[in-house]
Amino acid sequence: MEFLPTIWFVAIALLWTGYLFLEGFDLGVGMLMKLFARNDTERRVLLNTIGPVWDGNEVWLLTAGGATFAAFPLWYASLFSALYLPLLVVLVALIFRAVAFEYRGKVDSERWRSGWDWAIALGSFVAAFGVGAALALTTTGLPVDANGDRSGGPFAWFSGYAVLGGLAVVGFALVHALAFLTLKTDGDVRVRSRQWLVRWLPVAILPMLAWVIAVQALTGRPWTWAATVIAAIAAAVAWLFARRGAERRPFVGLALLIVAGAAAIFGAVYPVVLPSTIDPSFSLTVGSASSSDYTLSLMSIAAAIGLPIVIAYQAWTYWVFRRRVATTHIPPAHGFLPAIAAKVLADKE
Amino acid sequence: MDALEIARWQFGITTVYHFMMVPLTIGLGLVVAVIQTLWHRTGKQEYLRMTKFWGKLFLINFIMGVATGIVQEFQFGMAWSEYSRFVGDVFGAPLALEALLAFFVESTFLGLWIFGWKQLKKGVHLTCLWIAVIGSLFSAYFIIVANSWMQHPVGVEMVNGRPVMTDAWAVFTNNTALVAVPHTLFGALGVAGAFLLGIAWYHLWRRRRDGIDTVDAEGRAVPGVADIAGRDKTDYQVWIQSLRIGAVVAMISFAGTAFTGDLQGKLMFVQQPMKMAAAEAACHDGTGFSVLSVGNLGSKNCDDIVAVIEVPGILSFLANGDFTTEVKGVNSLLDEYKDKYGTHVPNKPLYSDRAGQEVQYVPVMEVTYWGFRTMIGFGGIAAFAAMLALWVTRRGVVPRARWLMRLAVFGILAPFGANAAGWIFTEMGRQPFVVAPNPDPTGIDQVFMFTAAAVSPGVSAGEIMTSLVVLTAIYAVLLIVEVRLLVKYTRGGVASAMPELTESKKQPAGKDDGGTPPPAGTDVLAFAY
Ligand code: HDD
Ligand code: HEM
Ligand code: HEM
Repeated sequence: MEFLPTIWFVAIALLWTGYLFLEGFDLGVGMLMKLFARNDTERRVLLNTIGPVWDGNEVWLLTAGGATFAAFPLWYASLFSALYLPLLVVLVALIFRAVAFEYRGKVDSERWRSGWDWAIALGSFVAAFGVGAALALTTTGLPVDANGDRSGGPFAWFSGYAVLGGLAVVGFALVHALAFLTLKTDGDVRVRSRQWLVRWLPVAILPMLAWVIAVQALTGRPWTWAATVIAAIAAAVAWLFARRGAERRPFVGLALLIVAGAAAIFGAVYPVVLPSTIDPSFSLTVGSASSSDYTLSLMSIAAAIGLPIVIAYQAWTYWVFRRRVATTHIPPAHGFLPAIAAKVLADKE
Repeated sequence: MDALEIARWQFGITTVYHFMMVPLTIGLGLVVAVIQTLWHRTGKQEYLRMTKFWGKLFLINFIMGVATGIVQEFQFGMAWSEYSRFVGDVFGAPLALEALLAFFVESTFLGLWIFGWKQLKKGVHLTCLWIAVIGSLFSAYFIIVANSWMQHPVGVEMVNGRPVMTDAWAVFTNNTALVAVPHTLFGALGVAGAFLLGIAWYHLWRRRRDGIDTVDAEGRAVPGVADIAGRDKTDYQVWIQSLRIGAVVAMISFAGTAFTGDLQGKLMFVQQPMKMAAAEAACHDGTGFSVLSVGNLGSKNCDDIVAVIEVPGILSFLANGDFTTEVKGVNSLLDEYKDKYGTHVPNKPLYSDRAGQEVQYVPVMEVTYWGFRTMIGFGGIAAFAAMLALWVTRRGVVPRARWLMRLAVFGILAPFGANAAGWIFTEMGRQPFVVAPNPDPTGIDQVFMFTAAAVSPGVSAGEIMTSLVVLTAIYAVLLIVEVRLLVKYTRGGVASAMPELTESKKQPAGKDDGGTPPPAGTDVLAFAY
């Protein structure tokens, strides 16, 4: 067993888990902008629960990508080039979503806002689906050749697992967001998100469990089967607590689901990082895809110091903005202040 | 076009576009942090307003930098998988560190700054901005370390045909990076300087046109008050101070870029002599700097080019600090390169159709020659204009001439142009290499990669074309949206960034917070999307 590459495999699994846990709820809140919120004020409540933190959450994705490049260049190169078109779609979604958060409130017009609301909702949906599909495929396999390049054309990656992984992350993000909203909002939104959580949790987490179990069926080990069971129990417990009206425990339960689920999946595929569906001997493994020990040691030192600090200040951010948001807190939409502009327009006419 | 060419266009377009947002983020971020610090120190209302106004424009731009940066991070793997495999061991590390040590910091602390006006103590709030700004400097450092390794690979050993890092210190203190980082940062300040200058000029001009400010017998400004929120005497201070800060920043920026650029030229002479020759369209060895060369710069036969105006000795100075060193021209370098790196692309399957083709060692000379001159020229013009502007406005008054105001506003584009030209020159001057060979005699000479080998072998031209079209179209639309928002908020003036100014017209202006009692619930949301 290669020691440092294994450490980095674990590190990357952790980064993905952090990403799914954190951006999970802000992607979900994004989708709920269209599914759940009933009017503009409610949409702004939703938006402001994640306003200060969504960008920091997204950096978990960038770090997972960057760390994969640094620690497993061959994995990064093969996976990203094989999934060229789906990742392009994810990029487009992330671009629109990011811009929409910032620009939505900058013009006081119904059409403007509703356009960006769609960008947020669809962008969040597509990004969640795409990331889920990509992660599922790296655990179940792609048609890569001896050099690690995809053969079979632009859509050769497509398989049922892609859809399953996509649905898994979308479903998880939705219920995770509902659990998050019960903690972060007040008033009617809080009450309704609790009801929605109870109603949707058992359905929405099914694809996630199916994906975890599918991976176990392919390459499971005893301990990853155990993790799978823990994930399922966590989900069930989350639901039971949600039914009793608890707010914090369902959220913790879902967190446990994602941690145990990710552990089960990454643990089961180890030491393979990208299975080849053409020939198992072409599969990329922790050993064959990794950087040199020198580079990995350097990265280990940086991560050992850097990651705890990141977690500390991100946690502090959540603490600073811990107050619940309700419709009564939302200031009137200034959109854009008429003052001089109105004068300018008047001058023009 | 084959996949390679499309991929190059795509990388060029998306990166230059990302670098439209980046320098404004870096430069304006620093300026806003300094201004907010001034507010804390002096408590003066105009500094608070400046912080809010420039901060608003900063954020409108920042988000586009974020959105386009994500594409950059993914692109290497998607379109340049062979490149990623080749360089991953060294190149991935600075990229990962950028995300871990810079992007997290930037995004988290900027979120705290945007939303934390009321939740955080004043000092903590200011510190958050400074931390975010310093994060963006680190991000620039890390990414340029990565880029500099492509210009000048150091700290590695070849193992099984791939460079493997052996000396991280050498990689992170690559002399190429140590001069490129300050050069790029000064270039970013230039963008911020011209931005402040142009916009402030516009507002001062409008105040005069609207008859708010008048001029006394000695030609000095007499600030006035209009019956519109925010257009009071403090408003005048906001703009005149912004104008002066902007002009000074632009001048400092040019001095800084010239100084560091000179150092870069000297390194380039040693590290990438062909780029140097191509920057000069110099075919023959010599000492003269061409002010204007004509002829068919792109022709394969170098001797078509005639230097019309040439200053003897200057090229030697740029390259080596004296006036007599013969700088090698394209013709003699060509033989050296062919000798060292071969005449043909190796016959490996990796290169697909490009295997066995003759290598074209001379970069596209129109681009390098004019890229270099555009960079220096636009930077110089902006600095000169800034100097003039300071002189013209020394009595606190901008002229009434509309065309001058327009010039000041259009002048904002000059440093953007200089930055883009600088990168295009640097990157295209490196061709045909994606990782340029390091000719250092201590020699890890064989660490280089042709761009022709770097593109993803498994990805079809059609796929890359799709992304080129999609991304370019989206970027074009978003550029229009961003510029329109910037224009709108600029027109709106300070009040558009400080709604409280309209609500508190009758309140006595407090020194600290604009004197506005917080509306209900603002302790929960000091700022709301
Ligand atoms: C000289 C500086 C510089 C240069 C050469 C580049 N960038 Fe950049 N980048 C920045 C300076 C910067 C920045 C100023 O730090 C930004 C702008 C907005 C922001 O959030 O950070 C940024 C944003 C940014 C982001 C988004 C971060 C977030 O979500 O907060 C990514 C992923 C990248 N960049 C990646 C890249 C890559 C892979 C580049 C090379 C091809 C690149 N950048 C060139
Ligand atoms: C942000 C500033 C940058 C700009 C404006 C820029 C510009 C460009 C341009 C115009 C090209 C196309 C060159 C050609 O096709 O001949 C290019 C290529 C490339 N650049 Fe840069 N670049 C920047 C930063 C970087 C950085 C920081 C890196 C690495 C970390 C990088 C890596 C590359 C790669 C891999 C290519 C593709 C191969 C090629 O065609 O040369 N660039 N860049
Ligand atoms: C007298 C003035 C200047 C000189 C002598 C100069 C010199 C140089 C040189 C030699 C390079 C190429 C480095 C390489 O490829 O190894 C370069 C790159 C660059 N320049 Fe300049 N420059 C000057 C002014 C400016 C100005 C005013 C700006 C922008 C406002 C600017 C922005 C850039 C950028 C963005 C790059 C590419 C990134 C880098 O390599 O740092 N330069 N410059």
